[in-house]
Amino acid sequence: MKFVLTAVMTSLLAVASQAETLKMAVTTSFYNSGLSEMLLPAIKADLDLDVELIVVGTGQALRLGEAGDVDAILVHARAAEDRFLAAGYGTHRREIMYNDFVFVGPSSDPAEVANATSAVEALQAIASNQAPFVSRGDDSGTHKMEMALWADSGMAAEGAWYRAAGSGMGATLNVASGMNAYTFTDRASWLNFGNKGELGMLYAGDPALFNQYAYIPVNPVRWPHVRHDLALALEGWLTGETANHLINGYALNGEQLFTFNAQP
Amino acid sequence: MSDYSDGFWAAWKLIITLDPDLYEIIFLSLQVTISAVIIASIIGLPMGAWLAVNRFKFRRYAIAVLNALMGLPPVVVGLFVYMALSRAGPLGGFGLLFSPAAMIIAQVIIITPLIASISHQTIRDLWAEYHDLLISMNATRTQRIKALLWDGKRALLTATLAGFGRAIGEVGAIMIVGGNIEHATRVLTTAIALETGKGNFAFAMGLGLVLIVLAVMINLLIHIVGKTERASTW
Repeated sequence: MKFVLTAVMTSLLAVASQAETLKMAVTTSFYNSGLSEMLLPAIKADLDLDVELIVVGTGQALRLGEAGDVDAILVHARAAEDRFLAAGYGTHRREIMYNDFVFVGPSSDPAEVANATSAVEALQAIASNQAPFVSRGDDSGTHKMEMALWADSGMAAEGAWYRAAGSGMGATLNVASGMNAYTFTDRASWLNFGNKGELGMLYAGDPALFNQYAYIPVNPVRWPHVRHDLALALEGWLTGETANHLINGYALNGEQLFTFNAQP
Repeated sequence: MSDYSDGFWAAWKLIITLDPDLYEIIFLSLQVTISAVIIASIIGLPMGAWLAVNRFKFRRYAIAVLNALMGLPPVVVGLFVYMALSRAGPLGGFGLLFSPAAMIIAQVIIITPLIASISHQTIRDLWAEYHDLLISMNATRTQRIKALLWDGKRALLTATLAGFGRAIGEVGAIMIVGGNIEHATRVLTTAIALETGKGNFAFAMGLGLVLIVLAVMINLLIHIVGKTERASTW
């Protein structure tokens, strides 16, 4: 029995003590794009730093930063980020890259979203046709953007046709694919999604659909245990030349997913 | 729908190519679950025996509560452990959130009532049989519990295996407290949830098959090592 206990305790300790690691909360849309699989090995090679990603919606990512459970966050919801900084949870905000949001839906396009001339018009077409629409419904950056667009459209996002999945980007796309419904997603997640079914990308290109990702280190004054030194090292790397090449060079089916726009 | 056959292919390809990521995930799944089962057994088996042997005022209620706790929703356990281990929570100082240790804690809470409850039922039946003998030998309480646990060890294996089964297939709690971090806290069940989210159904199914085969193999192994379910040792 003593042996067993010792074995358990050593295995617990062995997993608790690791090399230099940084915990970063990122959004599901960023993770599902597959870009992190390009960036993390390069970060490890250049900085000898293990970045552990906690993949959640932007709402939860900000909460993790508030509670000091991560060292930095990479999110995309400007208004929420500004509130986070104003409350003193983060030290500063650094823009890293952007992509854009798109509308996907059944290829037959019964609501004629493809003919829309703006994002708001696309939503109006869906709502007035009462075409099935799946929303993230999880307080993520994508969800916040969708809600802002609904507010601009003057339409009520409710009724039997409006389904809030309450899930991450991939799970929401699965629901949309299964119901052959319209949904709102980011370009990277869509291109990387493996279960497109009858769905196609129907509308993109409105400047209102611009999707900026920003990096925020968690405030070490508030939480002395956070690895602010590592967070700053990572920021330097993410805004540097290597990241620039990797991010701009990341393409799927010949289509570039993200555009690097960090200011040096 | 060729996802079914693709799933089998994906599973085979992963196993025979000795995919290092897969083995890392399997190893962590086993490390977390086996640690949790050992700790939960050390707590749960004697607790069940103690409840069977002792008579006290609220015994019935204690047993009823224990049986009800067998059905603890893992996602709720995950949430409570998360809140407790978060830096903003009461146990935040240990910095255990998003580590395998946090996953083990959550699993121990989930499976201890299950192991204790099955242990209680087993020992209760055995106690009825041994009652007169142990009383006449004037055995102390601790001696009685020890004797019952020892003689009931084969049946108690079932309790342990039930705990193992619940823990290895659990996803709700360990997703919340572990965070499904690649190379750190990603286990088979959370990897399956992730791949399903990405729409990679074939790969997810492959992982699922690996999980099922693994659970069956562990059970068989324990039966062989423990020499149970054989004609001579029924």
